[in-house]
Amino acid sequence: MQCGRPLLLRQPFPPEAFDRVILGCVNVLADEMNPARVAALRLGMGEAMTAFTVQINCGSGMQSIDTAFRYIREGVSDLILAGGAESLSHAPLVFSRRAVNWYARLFAARGIGAKLAALLALRPSLFKPVIGLERGLTDPITDLNMGQTAELVAHLFHISRRQADEYAAESQQRLAAAQKEGHFAGEIEPAFARDGKLFDHDDGVRPDSTADTLAKLRPAFERPWGQVTPGNSSQITDGASWVILASADAVKQHKLTPKAVIVDSEWSALDPSIMGLGPVYCSTAILKRHRLGLGDIELWELNEAFAAQVLGCLAAWEDVEFCRNALGLPAAAGQIARDRLNVDGGAIGVGHPVGASGNRIVLHLVNAMKRLHYKRGIATECIGGGQGGAMLIEAM
Amino acid sequence: MKIAAKPALAILGKRDLELGPFTVDEAPLEAGPWANWRLRADEDGIAWLLFDKKGSSANTLSEEVLAELDAVLEKLERDRPRGLVIRSAKRSGFIAGADIAQFRGVTESKQIEALIARGHAVLDRLDRLPLPTVVVIHGFCLGGGLEVALACDYRIAVDNASFGFPEVLLGLHPGLGGTVRLPRLINPVQAMTMMLTGHTERARRARALRLVDVVTQERHVRGAVKSAVTGEMIAAKQDLLGRLMNTGPTRSVLAARMRGEAAKRAPRQHYPAPYALIDNWVSHGGNAEAMQKAEISSFAKLLVTDTAQNLVRVFYLRENLKSLADGKWGGRRVHVLGAGAMGGDIAAWCAWHGFVVSLFDTKPEPIAGAIKRAAELYGKIGRDDRRRIRDSLDRLIPDLKGEGVATADLIIEAVPEILDLKRKIFAGIEPKMKPNAILATNTSSIPLEQLREGLPHPERLVGIHFFNPVSRMQLVEVVSHDKVADAVLADARAFLGRIDRLPAPVKSAPGFLVNRALTPYLLEALVMLDAGMKKETIDKAAVDFGMPMGPIELADDVGLDICLHVAEMLRGSVGREMPDPPQWLKDMVAKGELGKKSGKGLYDWKDGHAVKAHEEATPPPDTIDRLILPMLNVCATCLREGVVADEKIVDGALIFATGFAPFRGGPMHYARTRGVADIRDTLKRLAAKYGPRFQPDPGWDTLK
Repeated sequence: MQCGRPLLLRQPFPPEAFDRVILGCVNVLADEMNPARVAALRLGMGEAMTAFTVQINCGSGMQSIDTAFRYIREGVSDLILAGGAESLSHAPLVFSRRAVNWYARLFAARGIGAKLAALLALRPSLFKPVIGLERGLTDPITDLNMGQTAELVAHLFHISRRQADEYAAESQQRLAAAQKEGHFAGEIEPAFARDGKLFDHDDGVRPDSTADTLAKLRPAFERPWGQVTPGNSSQITDGASWVILASADAVKQHKLTPKAVIVDSEWSALDPSIMGLGPVYCSTAILKRHRLGLGDIELWELNEAFAAQVLGCLAAWEDVEFCRNALGLPAAAGQIARDRLNVDGGAIGVGHPVGASGNRIVLHLVNAMKRLHYKRGIATECIGGGQGGAMLIEAM
Repeated sequence: MKIAAKPALAILGKRDLELGPFTVDEAPLEAGPWANWRLRADEDGIAWLLFDKKGSSANTLSEEVLAELDAVLEKLERDRPRGLVIRSAKRSGFIAGADIAQFRGVTESKQIEALIARGHAVLDRLDRLPLPTVVVIHGFCLGGGLEVALACDYRIAVDNASFGFPEVLLGLHPGLGGTVRLPRLINPVQAMTMMLTGHTERARRARALRLVDVVTQERHVRGAVKSAVTGEMIAAKQDLLGRLMNTGPTRSVLAARMRGEAAKRAPRQHYPAPYALIDNWVSHGGNAEAMQKAEISSFAKLLVTDTAQNLVRVFYLRENLKSLADGKWGGRRVHVLGAGAMGGDIAAWCAWHGFVVSLFDTKPEPIAGAIKRAAELYGKIGRDDRRRIRDSLDRLIPDLKGEGVATADLIIEAVPEILDLKRKIFAGIEPKMKPNAILATNTSSIPLEQLREGLPHPERLVGIHFFNPVSRMQLVEVVSHDKVADAVLADARAFLGRIDRLPAPVKSAPGFLVNRALTPYLLEALVMLDAGMKKETIDKAAVDFGMPMGPIELADDVGLDICLHVAEMLRGSVGREMPDPPQWLKDMVAKGELGKKSGKGLYDWKDGHAVKAHEEATPPPDTIDRLILPMLNVCATCLREGVVADEKIVDGALIFATGFAPFRGGPMHYARTRGVADIRDTLKRLAAKYGPRFQPDPGWDTLK
């Protein structure tokens, strides 16, 4: 709502002019089972607006753009609102299976005796809630949570704690500088709460972070020797992002000024225990298809789920064995210069509202390319469960 | 793929109304036996009686309608169907009450008594009908409508129903058996409260009060009717506590408390109706027959009082202003510039009434404050309507970049009162506006002739001047100027109709009508204060006259800074002499002592109330004339100068914008009642005694 209203307000066409709404969202709230439709109606887009929600975990926000892109390419739609949204602060506490079973028996019991017997089976331990959020961030196949997969990637590519902390500190400083320079003006909309609170910037930024201060934090997932800490991981936050996709006809009809063109997109999958390497697979697939090298991409947004995981991706592209045998390249893909990667920081500072991030990095890539006068960029993210998504964009 | 040209329910919605054996679009039979009622049995042998008042979009009770109902009942007594269902065929609701036209200008109480007694006989007949009687209620069910419902055995409410006895607002109490039946059906204290306050209750609350037997949806009305007629549904009965409260001694104790409550809101000398109602209940609450007699005679007596007749007049003054908003204006997007107290509240009010509103300010903080105030207001007026609260907040869109201008149908400027600032803003937005959009200013003090200067399209500039607080002040001045298009004025009035406000058309002149009339009233109070009168004494004099609050308290309430600004603006531009705002007032404003909003003004303010020392002295006899007559004098000036078209608008405007003693029927009506000559002579006397500021306006000579 907060993010969609100003976007729709500044369009020269009415909200009803869209053909459909697609929204990426991972943790759908129980009382809003199709948040895309809820958003469409609350944004005043009319009762006739079809809307659906897509879910591919951390790639959901990009999945919505990709789906819209394909609808338009196929010629069935001309104007689509595609977004991503996540409200992890609203993620429910879930009762355990045992508690649910107890409640079901109580409810089904007929007669006072049976009810009483069912009631007596109550044990305090039943009320220990399962934190929904925690379950959602654990891969059910490997039973590793996301932080643990980052530990494994770091281990396999020899990423040190120091390197990760240095990366995280720099990310924070880049974000702080970008906020100060106003690089988010026109991209971040202030949010207004009912109680009059105003949220006009991402408050996860820690400009005073240095590798040394971050070194003091304790590991979050694998104690005592682990290296993934709250300081070098993305922050779990709420957030939303929308982009408008239009066909050439719609651009002409509504006299729109396109910002960028989607050239291609790709999804890849790998072992869930090293899901952090997802971006390497899908981005490489796009590069191969267009006969491009890493250096041909002028700007990268690689979602910062974990500093170690970002560094793991970079290391993988430099790893001859991995590039040959895993990616089918003749040699190491090469290096991505740090001044071409996540130039304005990333999820370590602004946070990672899982369903929204994929959308946000595409939007930010477009805006950053325009600012820096670059033409070609890739936005890519790793996806819990062992996948990766990438999108090749050309600025107009 | 979108194929629908219209929302589905815009097409299907009218089918929702359950009319039993009748179909919704069925035209009334030309040759039917009754003009206002239609009767037909359904396949179960239940008679459905539809009330469909001829030539009207809402049902009201009149002598003719009740006489026809009597004939219907006579037929039913003969035919003896299995049961009777009464409901309205109008989409708007059940029955809005009695046709007030028949109460207008009545002077003979005996005549009214006879009329009312005939009505009672009809409803008694309905009450006694020897078959199950069911009333199905949707929409409003007020006054006489509720009395019809009370005479039935079962009351089935549809979700959107609302119930109330607004008679007290007309200086009356219920007169068709309401005071007899309601205290015997529900808890008597609740019953008396409903009748004493005139509040309407929604369906769910009515169910809780046991005023209705069931609340359901149109789709289940048939089923509900059937279970009522078969006796499967148990009709609500008064509980033991309720019956106990209706016993003599308890009534006396409860009545004392009710009188106390009534005195706080409506003093007995001006508003006799609540006291008559309480007295009747105390004396006859235990005996229905005696209560009925008392109701008839006291209703007839009340109706011929000046209070009731003036309040009936106020009802028509409102209808008159409402009718000015009749035009069709199809806009749906409003853009408000300035998120301060006025702008923010205007935006919130428009969003509450269905408009998509972009609220512009250069800084986010005032917008955040406006959203907060909107949420608080919606919580108050929306009560439990969570969906409307959510949707209204969704429609209220913060707009820091002014993007909303381009798609707005109406733009309302509510920025500080600085001519150059407003001109600059107009120059900025004018090129971005849609060609047929309206540009409105909420200015209270800048002449529109100055604001329209330099506009390429002055014909679409109009003043829409709200009063503070927007949600409570029903009146809004629609200000014209020499270049405005008539269509734009009509659209502005129609817009106000859509946000449930009353438009008062005025010409651009300093202070327009309302502020110009109020200012001498406030300034004179300050002069009295300077002369050593106690502020409490001055305020009490005005309240005793019937004003909702005294001038000193009002000045604090409005804000001393605003009073000073308006006073100085008027002094510079209105010909007549006015008292100078005292220097100490300027000093207070400079110190930030602004009244209610700063916590300290002429009074100290605590929790939104003025702290008063209760030591009012008896004011000198000419106090009220000194306060009120200058106000009347301005009204005469505005009429003479053509600032406002007629006396009805003046009276309506002053009542609905300032709360001018409603039971006096408005300032001009008060002048007429007292006599124009007396007003003029009194002003002359005051002028001789206190100075030329009281000089009667030459306009009085032409008011005959």
